[in-house]
Amino acid sequence: MAIPISYNLRNLRLRKGLTIMTALGIALTVTTAIFLMALLAGLDRAFVTSGDPANVLVLRKGSEAELSGGFDATLLPVLRNLPGIKKDSHGDPMVSGEWVVVIVLPRKDGTGEVNVTVRGMMPDGLELRPKVKLVEGRWFTPGQREVVVSQSIHKRFAQANVGDTMQFGKGPWMVVGIFDAGGSAYESEIWGDVNQMASDFDRQGGFSSAYLRATDPVSADALKHRVSDDQRLKLEGMLETDYYAKQTRSGAPIKFVGFVVAVIMAIGSSFAAMNTMYAAVAYRSREIATLRVIGFSRSSILTSFVFESILLSLIGAVVGIILMLPFNGMTTGTSNAVTFSEIVFGLQMTPAVLGTAVVFAVVMGLFGGMAPAWHAARREILASLRD
Amino acid sequence: MTLSSFVVRNAFRNRRRSILTVLSIGFSLLLLTLMMTLWRTFYIDQGAPNSATRLMTRHRVSLTFFLPGYYREKIRSIPGVVAIVPMTWFGGLYKDDKPENFFAQFATDPDEYLQVATDKTVPPDQAEAWRRDRAGAMVDVELAKKYGWKIGDKITLLGSIFPVNPELTIRAMFTIDPPNRSLYFNAKYLEEAVPFFKGQAGFFFTRAASAKDVPQVAGTIDDMFHNSPQPTKTESEKAFQLGFIAMLGNVKAFILGICGAVVFAILLVSANTMAMSIRSRTREVAVLKTLGFTRGSVLSLFVGEAVALSVVGGLLGVVGAAGLVHLVARSPAGIGIPGGLKTTPLTMIAALMVAAAVGFISGCLPAYNASRTNIVEGLRHIG
Repeated sequence: MAIPISYNLRNLRLRKGLTIMTALGIALTVTTAIFLMALLAGLDRAFVTSGDPANVLVLRKGSEAELSGGFDATLLPVLRNLPGIKKDSHGDPMVSGEWVVVIVLPRKDGTGEVNVTVRGMMPDGLELRPKVKLVEGRWFTPGQREVVVSQSIHKRFAQANVGDTMQFGKGPWMVVGIFDAGGSAYESEIWGDVNQMASDFDRQGGFSSAYLRATDPVSADALKHRVSDDQRLKLEGMLETDYYAKQTRSGAPIKFVGFVVAVIMAIGSSFAAMNTMYAAVAYRSREIATLRVIGFSRSSILTSFVFESILLSLIGAVVGIILMLPFNGMTTGTSNAVTFSEIVFGLQMTPAVLGTAVVFAVVMGLFGGMAPAWHAARREILASLRD
Repeated sequence: MTLSSFVVRNAFRNRRRSILTVLSIGFSLLLLTLMMTLWRTFYIDQGAPNSATRLMTRHRVSLTFFLPGYYREKIRSIPGVVAIVPMTWFGGLYKDDKPENFFAQFATDPDEYLQVATDKTVPPDQAEAWRRDRAGAMVDVELAKKYGWKIGDKITLLGSIFPVNPELTIRAMFTIDPPNRSLYFNAKYLEEAVPFFKGQAGFFFTRAASAKDVPQVAGTIDDMFHNSPQPTKTESEKAFQLGFIAMLGNVKAFILGICGAVVFAILLVSANTMAMSIRSRTREVAVLKTLGFTRGSVLSLFVGEAVALSVVGGLLGVVGAAGLVHLVARSPAGIGIPGGLKTTPLTMIAALMVAAAVGFISGCLPAYNASRTNIVEGLRHIG
């Protein structure tokens, strides 16, 4: 027969101080683990939500990233005439030749300078990114020294309000609008007209990449092969979604550090939980013997104590989650290994993150409770009663 | 029996509890020491003495823009400049695009490179052979070990930034502590193979006569190119590296946050243990007081016990961390970990101080309560 759960609950309540302290210790560990997992979840989301399955990104063959691309502008008309490209609002193929450069901007809070991606695009560039919405001001006008910035650039950098001027390239650029990229990788970019950008950075006569929009995701795949297989072009086509999916490895340093930190803290907390449970067992040795005399089996006592330890860590997990809630959605940035610039992302406490945190706490409780519970169950009845 | 031996005996009376507490504190301090080591390496350490004499000059807009090659001679003319070489990040692939096969490759000038990077040691005959062969490469000994390269071996890199696949012959191997697992080859090779790169350089690597000259030389370089189409930004080697760390994100807040959580966690663990062990000794305290021990000495007995436990835990953690850092800094997986990562005695002492302080604070409240118990009440206590 199992020992009622209320027995464990009452016991935890009885030794309130000990319970609170141990649970808090576990909570801190859980908080740290959630923080690190939420960072990674946010980073993954930034890359996974980036890109449109109908868009094909074209780079020079052998090039791994837009920044290291670069091909002659004369190739663009060839691309434009490939079959399977959707028509834009003017009835022309929806194609955008783009220039991507990296500039250094100082952070607003004075914590250093950061590489930021500046993207010059053709008017179709806006049309083939329908998920990006304007939230303030207006889009840039082709032929003008105007830029639009993402919301996170607006929040994190100085001189990024509508009406401000930014200094880069050969002179000032007017910020005319702010866009919302929905947490995707575009959230870390500044956009302007491609011709203006190219002349500012002395890169006329070429593009670092081109974007083609296919009529649907299935024809995008065919279009991709058509670009790569064309012997005249020496270009490589890839789905925009695949391009971003490859960049998730930017999270590797955070993943590594996070793993080490979480494991070390978890081991420390498990020892603390073990300590508390040993104390709980020691205090109750006569009680345990009495339970045995009444007829509870060894296994039910073992289960009961392990359960109490898990309960203790679950309280810790809940407290830990509550402690982390205010940080949910907080944005931060890290360097993107592929674009050589900062990728901005938000802390995402997804259900998966919370689930992992709870499992993490249960494992700690299990590890901490096993040995004490084993001791409790193995005690000689007579010796304990005499204690 | 002296007071200190009494403390030690008491600390290990309940052996299991003490060991668990020590282990728990030990693991937390291991983490704390690791974080403090990172902090020191990033923000306090000034680098090797000869690193302090080196400067990096890049395009003001960002590292991805090239500078004209003729800047080299203009910079050389500045008083205080001893040697200068162009450097270009080649960023090619070796074998495949797996991250574990990635290593840094730079195109530079073999004639002068070793006069700037004085921290690299190369046998003179090998350095000479590298200078003679335009398609020669100089590699880190550790990197060569990883791939089993020997002097005279031919390797091919696949360009991703530059549309060229250089075929290089390994002519020299250098040693540097800690290893940087990089490859250097002749920039002229790259300039001849890639027309758009002719007469350009990614950035310049300069050595000044002394560390004192560095700020002034940096200022002079940037002023010199201030109004040109390619303005520059010059900073010390250390600041240049810090820039990359800053790009990883708000590392400072990250480290501080983890340190805070760890310190608070050990505070809880240690206070918990002390509260447990003192509560079970209520009767003993009453006996001690009956024998004539003052409140002050009872207090110091318990606080001493708490400090002893945390310091033992701290010692374990610090030693563990130092060992771990040593292993990681030298492991082949250590690519990308900033050079000079090691736990200094100062860091160790600081971590131990934190442990002692935590023990002291955690012991205070339970000990204070114990010292205040009424003798008669205490003697009557059952527990």
